Amino acid sequence: MRRLLSRFGIHIVLALACGGALAAEALPASDNPALEARVMKISSELRCLVCQNETIAASHAELAVDLRRQVREMLQNGQNEQQVVDYMTARYGDFVLYRPPFKPLTALLWIGPAVMVVVGLGTLFVVLRRRSRLADEAFEADDKDVSHDPHLS
Amino acid sequence: MKHVRYLVPMGILLVLLYFLRAGLSLNPKEVPSPLIGKPAPEFSLPRLDQPEQRISRADMVGQVWVLNVWASWCVACRQEHPLLVQYAKQSKVPIYGLNYKDERAAGMKWLADFGNPYTASISDRDGRVGIDFGVYGVPETFVIDRQGIIRYKQIGPLTPEVLRDTIEPLLKQLNS
Repeated sequence: MRRLLSRFGIHIVLALACGGALAAEALPASDNPALEARVMKISSELRCLVCQNETIAASHAELAVDLRRQVREMLQNGQNEQQVVDYMTARYGDFVLYRPPFKPLTALLWIGPAVMVVVGLGTLFVVLRRRSRLADEAFEADDKDVSHDPHLS
Repeated sequence: MKHVRYLVPMGILLVLLYFLRAGLSLNPKEVPSPLIGKPAPEFSLPRLDQPEQRISRADMVGQVWVLNVWASWCVACRQEHPLLVQYAKQSKVPIYGLNYKDERAAGMKWLADFGNPYTASISDRDGRVGIDFGVYGVPETFVIDRQGIIRYKQIGPLTPEVLRDTIEPLLKQLNS
């Protein structure tokens, strides 16, 4: 029983130690909440290149931490959001932007889905209209001879 | 003429398959660097072995050189390292190391243990120069020409094929 207790004791001490470490990590990097909010706003528009489906704001990768620091310092130096974004794209390319800019290279990316929807709806519309105009005889029962069906001949 | 109608969906399918194939053959980890063809960023960093000496971008202008980003904590660097050591012996191109976000002692020990292919390594303790070079996946390797323009960037470990088929011809062309 004593042994069990001492074992638990170690676990509790370890758990407390970890908790302490986490608490230390979670401290805001600067004591200016307005600045931190701007840092997070810009960071959430930037992709972390180490773990590509995370933003710099969400990622715990070391690079993301460094880039957040960079964003913070640039804002502290009075640079605006566009300057920060330009700084990042100059180094990592458009890929860091979660919302890539519209240009010839990305046109397909932006327009592609809309084009597909329009083509799909258009096709559906044409097919349905043609069908609605067909005379009743065109829709014969399955068991009948279909050789006169204008659609299948 | 009627058959043409049935070819249309087939055509659309082929186009989609083409994009799918192209998409699958790309490696999402390799993000094309916007720095290719641009001047290498300014830097001035202490040497790893002699911290009182600094090496800057200006010191490099006038020669073709290779910058290899490495760290003692980087597993893929270790995998790449024997190739780099071997290449440094047979090639005349100066290879500089950028010791990225590393402890000096750990970096020195790493070089002592696994060999030092570098003309010199410079110490980027807080990773700022790494950010300027757009580093995100160590190891990375840059080829920089006489004017200080970045000509090539390899993300991830070098391979014998990349050295032979890409870097060697590029160095030859830049040095001629």
